[in-house]
Formats: sequence, C-alpha cells, structure tokens
Amino acid sequence: MNEHTLYLVISVAVMAVVTYFIRMLPLAVFRKKIKSKFALNFLYYVPYAVLSAMTIPAVFTACGDSMAAIASSVVGLVVSVVLAYFERGLLTVAVSACAAAYITDLVLGLCGIF
Amino acid sequence: MSDTTQLTYKKGLRDGLPIALGYLSVSFTFGITAVGMGIPPIAAILISMTNLTSAGQVQGVSIIAAGGGYIEMALAQLIINMRYALMGISLSQKLSKKYTLPHRIISSFGITDEIFAVASGQKSEIAPRYMYGLITLPYIFWAAGTATGALLGAVLPESVQAALGIAIYGMFIAIVIPPAKKSRGILMVAVTACALSCIIKYVPVFSYISSGVSVIICTVIAAALGAALFPQDIGEAAENE
Repeated sequence: MNEHTLYLVISVAVMAVVTYFIRMLPLAVFRKKIKSKFALNFLYYVPYAVLSAMTIPAVFTACGDSMAAIASSVVGLVVSVVLAYFERGLLTVAVSACAAAYITDLVLGLCGIF
Repeated sequence: MSDTTQLTYKKGLRDGLPIALGYLSVSFTFGITAVGMGIPPIAAILISMTNLTSAGQVQGVSIIAAGGGYIEMALAQLIINMRYALMGISLSQKLSKKYTLPHRIISSFGITDEIFAVASGQKSEIAPRYMYGLITLPYIFWAAGTATGALLGAVLPESVQAALGIAIYGMFIAIVIPPAKKSRGILMVAVTACALSCIIKYVPVFSYISSGVSVIICTVIAAALGAALFPQDIGEAAENE
C-alpha cells in the first residue's frame, strides 16, 4: 500500500469512526436529559451554523472557477433561496438549482459572454 | 404512549422510500464531486457506506483533497455531525422496551436528519424493527447513488457535471431557510456563520485556515452566539430539530 492510499484509508476510517460514535454514544449510553440550557441551545443551532458556513462562500464556485461558472452558480443560488423561501422540498430546490445553473451556462455560452 | 404494533418493518420501509429518493440525487452528485476532487470511486462509495451523511462527507472529501491532517478531519466531523448527538438524545426518550443495547448500537448508525425527523414524528414509541425498516432504503439508495455518480458521472457532458455541483448546496439552503423565516435566532446564526466564513476565506490574514477548520470556527462562534443571545425553550427546541 503506497503512502497516498494509506492516507486515504486512514482518513476514511477517521470519518467513519468519529461519525459513528457521535451517533451511537448518546443512544447507547445516554439515558438522562442534558440539563444545561446553553449546551442544548448550542446543539440546537449547530446544524444551521454548519450548513450556512459550508454553503457561503463555497457555493459561488460550485459549478467551477471561470466567470461563466461563477455566474451560473450565483443564478443557481438565487433560485435555491427563492424556492426555499417558499418552502419547496429539498429535491425540488436541488434539481431547480442545477437546472438554473445549467441554463445560465448554456445562455452565456450562446451569447458568447465570458 | 400508544402501542407500537402499527410500526412494523414494512411501515418503516414505506416511510423511508421518499427519503431514499431524495438521497439518490444528492448521493449521485456527491459521487461526481468526490471523483472530481481526485478521490477514487471505490473510496467515494466506501465513504457513503460507512458515513451516511451529506454535509460531513462533502467536508470530508474536501479535507482529503486538500491533504488535511487526521486531527482536522476528526474535529471537522465531530463539529459538523454533532447534531446527531442531539438527535440521539432526543430519540432515546421515545424508544420502546424492545430497544435493547445491541439494537441501539446497530441502529444508531442510521440516524440522519431526515430519518430522525420521520422517526421522531411517530406518535407511539419506536420499536427496533420500524427503525431498521426506515433505514434500509435510504442506506441502499445513498450507496447506489454514490456508486452511480462516481463510476458513471464522467460520462455526462462537462456542462451537466458542473451544474450538478450546486445540488448539495441547494439542499443545504432548503434545510436552513424555512426555519430561519420563523426564528430570529436561526436567522442570526445563519447570517453570522456566512459572514464569518466569508471573512476567513477572503481576508488575507486568515488564508492559512483550511476549509475544514473554517467550518469548525464559524460553527462554534455562530452557535454559541445564538445560544447566548437567542435561547429557545428547550423541550420545543429538541422536538423541532
């Protein structure tokens, strides 16, 4: 096994083990309720903080690094935000974002912009 | 609590089907994204089969692609997936007597945002067989979607592959915005996290901070601010999760 493969295998193992223990320990060991109001509130806000930090600014280059790709990504982002605001489902929002990004890229290409 | 006889394995399978269909498209783009980042298809499939989580996997492969360290990986997974601990605590309150330790150890692997949401929405206590039914199809579709994206994604035209890159973010946005409309706390936490993440990315002083560490920093600060400034009613907070 070469060095890079070993790195890959250990990284995947670290991901799997950490993720599994986070899920397993509370269910297996934890029988009482958490008392700290701050801790519960912190945990409550974590998913929203994680998803927001992962989305902005990474989404701007989701379709690539070129100007056309960034423009497509921004259009996809705007479509996602509007549809999510009107509470469309996850699948609808994700597919519409892709379609909007694809069409933008196509139109920019046809118009010879960028 | 009413009796659990309604919650059979079959009922679990049925309730899991819509989740599985949603996972198929997201895991397909995960497969494409991972391979695009230089991860071998077999590793992408292995990651999906051993992790079963979207945000953690996306962050994980970008850490691998950047050659990040194991400690960074462990911390990033811990922070990003910490929400599952809260869900596990919440779920542990409504498991039936049949839910013995071995069942808890095995089925906890399948706790995801969507599976948790459906399970905790049941009126009666949850038996292990229902939980296994609920996990079965999403797990298979998550792995199958990843395999399809990783192995066949390259056949798609480049423009389609590029457009699919935004799918996962669309899903994240669809998770955050609806509750942010109703809760000033969630809105403030989301805006703070976005602002911090942009500062770390674009202000040159912070350019040594990798994306995995950035997500950790943004999350801890934004969630702590939210908890300090906008505390929620606890019981309600756990149920709305």
